Amino acid sequence: MSLPAVWRTRKQRYALMGEICKKCGVKIFPPRDVCPECSKPAQTPYSFSGKGVVYSFATVYQAPEEFEEYAPYTVAIVKLEEGPMVTAQLTDVDPEEVKIGMPVEMVTRKLYEEGKGGVIHYGYKFRPCIE
Amino acid sequence: MRRRREVAIIGIGQTRVGEHWDKSIKQLAAEAILAALKDAKIDRVDTLYVGNALSGELAFQEHLGAAIADFAGLRPIEALKVEAAGASGAAALRLGYLAVAGGLADFVLVCGVEKVTDSPAEKVISALSLSIDGEYEREMGLSFVALNALIMRRYMHEFGYELKDFANFSVNAHKNAVNNPHAMFRNPITEKAFVEARMVVEPINLLDSSPVADGAAALVLCPMDMARDFSARPVRIASSVVATDTLALHDRKDPLFLEAAYLSAKRAYEIAGIKPEDIDLFELNDSFTIMAALSLEAAGFAEKGKGVKLAMDGEIAIDGRIPISTMGGLKARGNPLGATGVYQVAEAVLQLRYEAGPNQVKDAHWALVQSIGGTGGTAVTHILEGPD
Ligand SMILES: [Zn+2]
Repeated sequence: MSLPAVWRTRKQRYALMGEICKKCGVKIFPPRDVCPECSKPAQTPYSFSGKGVVYSFATVYQAPEEFEEYAPYTVAIVKLEEGPMVTAQLTDVDPEEVKIGMPVEMVTRKLYEEGKGGVIHYGYKFRPCIE
Repeated sequence: MRRRREVAIIGIGQTRVGEHWDKSIKQLAAEAILAALKDAKIDRVDTLYVGNALSGELAFQEHLGAAIADFAGLRPIEALKVEAAGASGAAALRLGYLAVAGGLADFVLVCGVEKVTDSPAEKVISALSLSIDGEYEREMGLSFVALNALIMRRYMHEFGYELKDFANFSVNAHKNAVNNPHAMFRNPITEKAFVEARMVVEPINLLDSSPVADGAAALVLCPMDMARDFSARPVRIASSVVATDTLALHDRKDPLFLEAAYLSAKRAYEIAGIKPEDIDLFELNDSFTIMAALSLEAAGFAEKGKGVKLAMDGEIAIDGRIPISTMGGLKARGNPLGATGVYQVAEAVLQLRYEAGPNQVKDAHWALVQSIGGTGGTAVTHILEGPD
């Protein structure tokens, strides 16, 4: 993803900043400016807690170019406790131990590096909840 | 609404799907176009729509409408490229249908083409993922395959299936491709080979995935009332419908439900005035076996969670209750992305003209053809009716 795009999405990437719809109250992540439920403009910022459960997961052996050096890694769809689902990598966990329904929480991690010595992209990943 | 004209397919052309190191994207397209014109016994058309997904990225050529019209000797006709990821070819047919049905063109060529082997394999893998959400899927390390794997894992979890239960989708596709001279893989495979294949993104393995390759296919359309002058067995386009869904998988209320596929199929049945039980064959999107299962469910052939059961019970075979991938599907014919939707229709036309050889579905009269872009963001559904 381009640097301007990384900059534009910094609040989402580092703080799970989404939106709430004033009209129907639905909480939205990622933000999309138009409510997916009622199609009204929805631009009131809303910060998500970062807690959720694993909805599904998969282990990537054949990775996209930028992620090749990290393979195999586990990706998931996480259902946030506020409702929306988000796609991310799982971290700090053995792929064998991942289960659907497992409670997870958001952490900030390195996603990938643009070539050797290139810009490092950071963003959210999810790890098992530490009680 | 104003009266629309009935539209017929009077010619089809296909190149073999595979690795065409010796041919450019223009040569592949021209080969399919000339074959389709010959089949329709005409030499001029009014308009050309080119379905293509990634020519700029992988074949280093955009402006495909003019490029292909020029190369195929059709200059100066109207010619435009249409893009909707894996549904690009079907979307091009949709535009061709609109032009003829609306009375704005009489003879329209629809060509689907993709040229992937001009780029190295790693680049092709990355480019495939351009159809998924860039900011919130790709940026997190997800690929097109990974999203399908997430759907498959959840499906297995919710409905209690194992990997081997999906095998017959691929076994059936390979079996049917043996008799298709245009198919990429004309070798049968076994359930054992399927289960033991190398993992790509677990639970999706190599024999679960369709091979991305080069290819081109073309169709000639004209108004139904002129069709008999050109073809002894013109095929009628009974309905043509496009629907869209969220681009990102995580934005769907139920990621196991292909809503665009469901809505476009539902509307297509209504327009054609038929029901799923009237359909004789279904050319669907089997880019991954999970997509075939979800497509069977979305189009009304199986209840939710029962799509895989149809394959396990052998109901998807040529002589089964609902034959699918009758010439090999994306899995074994091969998946030339933007060309795939046109291949699907060309194969359905062969069935409806009773020209499918050993793979002929007995008394085939109604064919359902559905193409899917991305993980279901675009769905294009056509219902075709054979003559008589
Ligand atoms: Zn709303």
